[in-house]
Amino acid sequence: MAKRIKKLLYRHMAWKFILLLAVLSVAVLISAGMGYLKISFYDVVNIIVTSITGNTEQMKDMEDVFSVVVMDVRLPRILCAVIVGAGLAVSGCVYQGILLNPLADPYTLGISAGAAFGASLAFLFFPEAGLYAIPCFAFSGAVVTLFVVVWLSSGKTFSRDGLSSNSLILSGIIVASILSAGISFLKYIADEEVSVIIFWLMGSFASKTWTDVWILLMVVSTGSLIIYFYSRDLNVIALGSRMASTLGINTGRVTMILLITSSLVAAVCVAVSGIIGFVGLLVPHMMRSMTGPDNTRLIPVSLLAGGILMVTADTITRAVLPVEVPIGVLTALIGGPFFCYVFRRNHLRNRGKQV
Amino acid sequence: MIYAIDDISYAYDSINILERISIQLEKGFFYGILGPNGCGKTTFLDLLIRHKKPNSGHITFSGTDLSKISRKQLARKIALVSQNFYINFPYTAREVVIMGRYPYISRFSSPSSEDLDRVDSIMEKTGVDLLSDNFITELSGGERQRVVFARALVQDTDVIILDEATSNLDIRHTIDLLDIVRNRVDQKKLTVISVFQNINLAARYCDRLIFLRNGNIIAQGKTEEMVNKCLIQKVFDVESEIRFESLYNSSQVIFKRGASETL
Repeated sequence: MAKRIKKLLYRHMAWKFILLLAVLSVAVLISAGMGYLKISFYDVVNIIVTSITGNTEQMKDMEDVFSVVVMDVRLPRILCAVIVGAGLAVSGCVYQGILLNPLADPYTLGISAGAAFGASLAFLFFPEAGLYAIPCFAFSGAVVTLFVVVWLSSGKTFSRDGLSSNSLILSGIIVASILSAGISFLKYIADEEVSVIIFWLMGSFASKTWTDVWILLMVVSTGSLIIYFYSRDLNVIALGSRMASTLGINTGRVTMILLITSSLVAAVCVAVSGIIGFVGLLVPHMMRSMTGPDNTRLIPVSLLAGGILMVTADTITRAVLPVEVPIGVLTALIGGPFFCYVFRRNHLRNRGKQV
Repeated sequence: MIYAIDDISYAYDSINILERISIQLEKGFFYGILGPNGCGKTTFLDLLIRHKKPNSGHITFSGTDLSKISRKQLARKIALVSQNFYINFPYTAREVVIMGRYPYISRFSSPSSEDLDRVDSIMEKTGVDLLSDNFITELSGGERQRVVFARALVQDTDVIILDEATSNLDIRHTIDLLDIVRNRVDQKKLTVISVFQNINLAARYCDRLIFLRNGNIIAQGKTEEMVNKCLIQKVFDVESEIRFESLYNSSQVIFKRGASETL
């Protein structure tokens, strides 16, 4: 029975994609109406349509402040959440595929620790430069970490052919723990600045602008297209690098392209929004039970699901909860236990089969 | 001639794994590669499938320099079945077999009905059709091995490389698999190059045997000439008796106590 349902889901990929896209659009519109100022669904749609068409005829009976709230305050924040969620989920798919480990995510390789370290440096040494210095430092931190991790794991003594997933994970863990010690040290010497660092580390979409949206959109959409182009190769890599070689894939090159692309996507997401855990881990994991492990289906579906999840989580912290909880804390508090549940259930199920 | 291997060497971290190997492999034969552990058998296969590049020397495949053939072209010519294969993601057995058609299907299209017919008929022939919807992660080692073998046949290549492909199969499935391979060699002029641990299986199924030791080819030739006491002593350090088994129409080796025990 379960198998039959799975088969049905496999066959209706296009519909599933359209359904998720619809859910995402509705979620964005509903979220834009929620908050301190309640705005009806109809008015939200009206405001967005008029600001795209430039036709102000229909806006006559509405207050100006509504338009400002939706277009300049809420939408940039909401869209940032959607794009960051999508980006983290897609890069999670790639990390899991390359590291041959369904439990890997953008954080396994120390990318987030690198970004966090970079941002902490910026807070400490360039507090005046503020808005621009932090994303730049976070991004550079992430990229430098990526190259250090790749360099560590591709050394001759580590593996004979390209990057082995074990040495990548090991190098990631080593580098991440050095960096987190570094962050602790920076916090220790930061004095008054320490609270700013702590808040940034917990992640937030508050006061994001259209500039953030465009930067994110450009990087995440380009990255996702590159990743989707190689999605079938990612399937074959699951068979191991030798077997993938004989199926026409240059494993070393494809791994490198995918690794760099997904790390750049993750780095930009982290640079804009701070550290938001569990989305990259959880979304591909959940979606795999809907689509199967085939990355040509998993990646597009995870992209949309990541967006939906993030905008929902952000709306909860912004408009539902009485006090705004940092979104990184929220995703970890909800995502963590949920992941434990999924992990334990699968574990028990597999064990039952072996007996 | 399908492979002309001219004076290739392969070293890793300045340890020579293969030293100045030259050999020619003909189309339509079943080659068995034998040798003690660590003699360079697997590395030799890696060079044949271009997973690794030799430090020196040339490999010519069907008259073309192997390193000049595109990977995609090569995937339509050479298939590999390796040992101890493991997948961490719950693909169904059929999905794994379909991957064997990837070299023929362009990146964004789905398999045609001919592709799928081919997949299903080969799964039936190799006896894995009943596993079709099972998750590869939940199959036993032997079942998984047979699925991967079906995947290699679906690839529709002139050459199949087996790296101890039967090492975790029971005797019945070992014989079934090697029978299928033997048939394809006889009927479709397939070339098969296989690493064996079990010399008696190799003696029964192979046309030609190649003995490797310490990165060198010690001997190579027709199976009936290769199976002899003296050579087995030289390659494996084990004393043996050779008996002709009329049922197989081939010689079989009976091992006496190993040389280390007689000390």
